[in-house]
Amino acid sequence: MAFEYAPAPESRSVVDIAPSYGLFIDGEFRPAEDGKVFKTVSPSSEEVLSEVAQAGQSDVDAAVRAARKAFEKWSALPGSERAKYLFRIARIIQERSRELAVLESLDNGKPIRESRDADLPLVAAHFFYYAGWADKLGHAGFGADPKPLGVAGQVIPWNFPLLMLAWKIAPALACGNTVVLKPAETTPLSALFFADICRQAGLPKGVVNILTGDGSTGAALVAHPDVNKVAFTGSTEVGKAIARTVAGTGKKLTLELGGKAANIVFEDAPIDQAVEGIVNGIFFNQGHVCCAGSRLLVQESVQDELLEALKRRMSTLRVGDPLDKNTDIGAINSAEQLARIKSLADSGEAEGAQRWAPACELPSTGYWFAPTLFTGVSQAHRIAREEIFGPVLSVLTFRTPAEAVEKANNTPYGLSAGIWTEKGSRILWMADKLRAGVVWANTFNKFDPTSPFGGYKESGFGREGGRHGLEAYLNV
Amino acid sequence: MSESRLGVLKTYKLFVGGKFPRSESGRVYEVTDAKGNWLANAPLASRKDARDAVVAARKAFGGWSGATAYNRGQILYRIAEMLEGRREQFVREVAEGEGLSKSKAAAVVDAAVDRWVWYAGWTDKIGQIAGAANPVAGPYFNLSTTEPTGVVAVLAPQDSSFLGLVSVLAPVIATGNTAVVVTSQKSPLPALSLGEVLATSDLPGGVVNVLSGKAAEIGPHLAAHSDVNAIDLTGADAELATALETAAAENLKRVLRPRDEDWSAEPGTDRLLAFLETKTVWHPIGV
Repeated sequence: MAFEYAPAPESRSVVDIAPSYGLFIDGEFRPAEDGKVFKTVSPSSEEVLSEVAQAGQSDVDAAVRAARKAFEKWSALPGSERAKYLFRIARIIQERSRELAVLESLDNGKPIRESRDADLPLVAAHFFYYAGWADKLGHAGFGADPKPLGVAGQVIPWNFPLLMLAWKIAPALACGNTVVLKPAETTPLSALFFADICRQAGLPKGVVNILTGDGSTGAALVAHPDVNKVAFTGSTEVGKAIARTVAGTGKKLTLELGGKAANIVFEDAPIDQAVEGIVNGIFFNQGHVCCAGSRLLVQESVQDELLEALKRRMSTLRVGDPLDKNTDIGAINSAEQLARIKSLADSGEAEGAQRWAPACELPSTGYWFAPTLFTGVSQAHRIAREEIFGPVLSVLTFRTPAEAVEKANNTPYGLSAGIWTEKGSRILWMADKLRAGVVWANTFNKFDPTSPFGGYKESGFGREGGRHGLEAYLNV
Repeated sequence: MSESRLGVLKTYKLFVGGKFPRSESGRVYEVTDAKGNWLANAPLASRKDARDAVVAARKAFGGWSGATAYNRGQILYRIAEMLEGRREQFVREVAEGEGLSKSKAAAVVDAAVDRWVWYAGWTDKIGQIAGAANPVAGPYFNLSTTEPTGVVAVLAPQDSSFLGLVSVLAPVIATGNTAVVVTSQKSPLPALSLGEVLATSDLPGGVVNVLSGKAAEIGPHLAAHSDVNAIDLTGADAELATALETAAAENLKRVLRPRDEDWSAEPGTDRLLAFLETKTVWHPIGV
């Protein structure tokens, strides 16, 4: 029998969203020079949350100018002083974490359980970790006195808005750079709240500048001649365009792009644990995860048993109000993304794969997509090759470890992979052969500020996290 | 030896997949010394030669990247041994090709031999320098290790035709990558002769592939090739480097941009790290 759950919504009263926000330049909020604005909506209700400024070229110029001006003093501060600013920021984030979690769930659509228990703790931890590096850079293996690069132009995606901000800003500031960051068009609010945290922390003006806007703002930022470093997380298509823009300029570039990770289950794997890992791998954050385990490779001998258990588990997933503490799967981030997921799922059916989703009632307003599984998927299908960035799992099978490796690596991407088996030597053999930057064995979608993250091949280059993550922001 | 004896000249050939083919295009170009005297006809490698070289490099990648670091170190050391044995030949080729005195050319060749030795010692150490055991906040084993990027296209320096070439090539293969090298256009002969050394040093065929010709002609094909994972633009001028970096974006090759180099200085680890990926493996800890 199915359990009924009473609604258990997290209170919205903890967060106070202003009706409009300007751009955060040189320590102050100001409107875009040409006065342009756009609305940000809650994807779960389509309610307008706020109106934010659309930064144009002259705003980008002003922000880069402010960052350049601030760079001189910021980079000259003793590392121990920069560290203390970052420690302050980490602590204030912890203090305000419930507010930020609710805000993130409202603006992004992700379940409060994830924003509260995954995003926000990782955000604070990331600042805390890199704070400690600021006065220890000479011990990081990049020479005795490595130097910052200057002004970093950073463009981040909508799937983990505040976490991606932390991944970008924390190491940049620790190394002595100043930043101009553009949050994603559909999720600008947490970055604007972060600007307020910078104010509370007493961060010198101009060290962090936040420009809201669409793709054109990001393009202007990465092309700006006075930017020394470009960091981008997002789609492989845009990443390639940025790489072309940066070519020949000497700007340092790191890219964290798409993925089509294989999650590989061997016949000796503990099925229940594997099922939890598969569900976490593809349905965490509505599948809006670049390292999502979107291709399930299951050994043929356990295919039936595994799929039955997986379907049973998927039937218990609760889709709905992101602020409800019982929600497993929240809203798709935007109408545009929903259309893309629908179109790719339709292509799966059209190309001959079998589609399955549990019976599940979706809210009438907002953007929703039920957790979906495709079986009978061949490697040629679009749903096996293209990043869907949604709660859609493509199931393929294999017989031998060698075949699993070959299928797993048969993609231009190389961000992550998963392995489920009880045999230790097989884990290490597989981990060695998989061409991916992060390999989760008997677990999935784990992150930590000390642990380098980033891709092989067309999933980008450079690493975020750990000692490795410093390199992107040092002149080495 | 009679003064009137006519010397036996060498036909310089490409080095691809462990073999010594002529350019499939049938083209050669005249290589001269600093005074313009004819030295040899070098193959003028074509697009097809570049593609063949990439195929050979890809084929060799699995074995070479899977070889133990100790084994790679011994083979790199063997290269130094073989080179030392043919020192006189390389001194002559470098002196003629770069217009150096015999003693200066000898110093260059000695430095090149020593560079192979230096990198031979790095193969089983760079992973310890660049890897990490990460103290994550949870019950997980978390290890970051280095892995070679794959097939690396290398545009060797135009000026330092031998020491420069060894300096850019050795770190690429020390870390387990395989290489397609485009030699100095003006002085390709030491690089082509190096192929003969590599062929007799237990280096598996295809790990290093040597093409002589024009960087501006071959470079764009390598930069645009989807089965090349990285490109070293050291031998490209600024204009060519920009064009190739742009082309390399198509499959997001790792790009090492040209910069000021002092080939006589100790290299540091930059070039080893440039073509290494970091892989992080997680596993739960529990009983």
